[in-house]
Amino acid sequence: MQNNIFYLLPHSKLPLLISILGTEKFEIIGPQSIDGSIVYEKIENVDQLPWGILDYQWPGIYRLENTDINKAFIFTNGPQALKPYLFRAQELLFEVEKKENKNNKKKLNFIPAKEEAPKLAFIGARACDLAAMAIQDKIFLADTHLDIYYRSRRENLFIIAVNCIRSSANCFCASTGDGPKVTKLYDILMTEIEENFVVQVGTDNGKRIIDQLELSHALPEHIKEADEYVEQAGLQQTKKLPDTNLRNLLFSNLNHPRWNDVAKRCLSCTNCTQVCPTCFCHSSLEQAILDGTKSGHYRVWDSCFTCGHSYIHGRVIRDDTRKRYRQWLTHKLGSWYDQFGTSGCVGCGRCITWCPVGIDITEETYAIYDNQNNDKEIIKEIIK
Amino acid sequence: MENPYQIYEAKIIERIKESDDIFTIKILLTDPFVHHEYKFQPGQFNMLYLFGVGEIAISIVSDPKEEQYITHTIRVVGRVSRGFEKLKEGDRIGVRGPFGKGWPLKQAIGKDVLIISGGLGCAPVTSAINYIIERQNLYGPLKILQGIKRSSEFIYHERYDRWEAAANTEVIISVDETDVSWSKSIGLVTEHIKDLQLDVNKTIVMMCGPEIMMKIAADHCIKKNIEEKNIYLSMERNMHCGCGHCGHCQIGGVFVCKNGPVFSYPEIKELLGRPGF
Repeated sequence: MQNNIFYLLPHSKLPLLISILGTEKFEIIGPQSIDGSIVYEKIENVDQLPWGILDYQWPGIYRLENTDINKAFIFTNGPQALKPYLFRAQELLFEVEKKENKNNKKKLNFIPAKEEAPKLAFIGARACDLAAMAIQDKIFLADTHLDIYYRSRRENLFIIAVNCIRSSANCFCASTGDGPKVTKLYDILMTEIEENFVVQVGTDNGKRIIDQLELSHALPEHIKEADEYVEQAGLQQTKKLPDTNLRNLLFSNLNHPRWNDVAKRCLSCTNCTQVCPTCFCHSSLEQAILDGTKSGHYRVWDSCFTCGHSYIHGRVIRDDTRKRYRQWLTHKLGSWYDQFGTSGCVGCGRCITWCPVGIDITEETYAIYDNQNNDKEIIKEIIK
Repeated sequence: MENPYQIYEAKIIERIKESDDIFTIKILLTDPFVHHEYKFQPGQFNMLYLFGVGEIAISIVSDPKEEQYITHTIRVVGRVSRGFEKLKEGDRIGVRGPFGKGWPLKQAIGKDVLIISGGLGCAPVTSAINYIIERQNLYGPLKILQGIKRSSEFIYHERYDRWEAAANTEVIISVDETDVSWSKSIGLVTEHIKDLQLDVNKTIVMMCGPEIMMKIAADHCIKKNIEEKNIYLSMERNMHCGCGHCGHCQIGGVFVCKNGPVFSYPEIKELLGRPGF
């Protein structure tokens, strides 16, 4: 259900929303300003929200500023949001016990990890975060290849989305078509205006919570103010991706000189993939306890910028930064379409901000777009 | 849908040394019900788990009809395979699978089959060869080409002898570097394709080996007017999950673990042999 009723939630009633969620046994996650960045952690009261905090983002730069602005969601984003709560950075898949049976033979006892997820209320998911979640849903909730651990967390997630009323200099969600307005996948959607939020409900669960708050309907001027803020946020964006078939553009320019150029700047540090809300690569990790009786099989986030990611049979397929950056970009903006019928980029700008040398995905893509060499001879090149 | 991370204990019932760095294990799932229910298609792979060390993706060598055990041939290359090398009969491992899409044995019914393999590529094609030889009334003539660098790398001697003796089957084993003790063919395996007598309109090709070898072999087959869609390749990547989630086995738009490991040539040709993919 998604309806057209707009409610007005005064700032003063935010504590009640938090307490209702608590009564409903939700663990509440929300944005906070910690150690110089916005992070999403457990919150217990509304004072923990980043009131008046503005973020300034440029390629390779992230700064927070305290202001007197009486708004909790005037920031745009931080390095992470929803992804780590659904696709854990490290997660146990199964445990193995080694036991001797009566014939002194060592038996292995496999214990699958439990798919128990806490009921989580996530406050402050933005349009880019939800677009990214929709993409990760396609990866982990595919009918034929279902991840039961992701599913369990996804089913127990209650989403209070927030529309962006400001964009950073690195945001480009308007160009990818993913924001700044939230249009789907929320239980409750809030847009912050002066002293209030304009609130919509997206699900029965959302309605049940909102009903308990006994809110009045928003007036047309409130709705107009909210719309204008969100529209402004879109207009503030200056970055964009080329409006073309990016898959064909990139795969017909695999020998473009720009790949060498970016490889000279890229540190292959993996930051872009760690902050990307859609990157899903992970590797397996085995951790045995010291007495050798038990071992845990985990998955941990990996990155196509590591040496190990393309390891096979004693060699590495992507043995230099040029090949790794090219893999990342051609996948993110190109082969992602083949795999999941969508781009892998939602325009959140995190990879630009958190790149230590400020490599800008939009700039790199434009560099190829503006000077295409269309190497149609790609098939002729073979392994050296 | 079952949890793809569901893993079962298996027991090593036989270990065969194939060469200095290649060995074969025959395994039995220790729960008789699980073993009985375990079904696979030739060309699929399992994730084999070694306690405290981790998993590797290994193709299944045995025939689905061999119900007593599942066979895997492993080359000692990395951390996990080195661990597997030390296992003895009776030792326990874990098995997840089977995963992926196997050889097009249904599409090949009524067709002539050309198998081309290089190095340890002979392992993933073994199940297809056995499958066809066991059911020869369904298939036309079978040709088997296996290329190796040095004669010391030649494995599966008995198997190749048996196939050579089978009706309607031709076997060519070729070594790249000449060697005094070698009595079989010499030269790159791909060079032998030119001289093969094939009914190109009813031949289906299945190959597995180094990508450069498969690229050249496919080119030779296409030159002989075999249609691209009748050429199938088994690809290899370092799968960590087996279910298309971990991203390690991507080649452009495909995941080798779930869309493959067996692909038709048109599905994979854009990036086949391309450095970095």
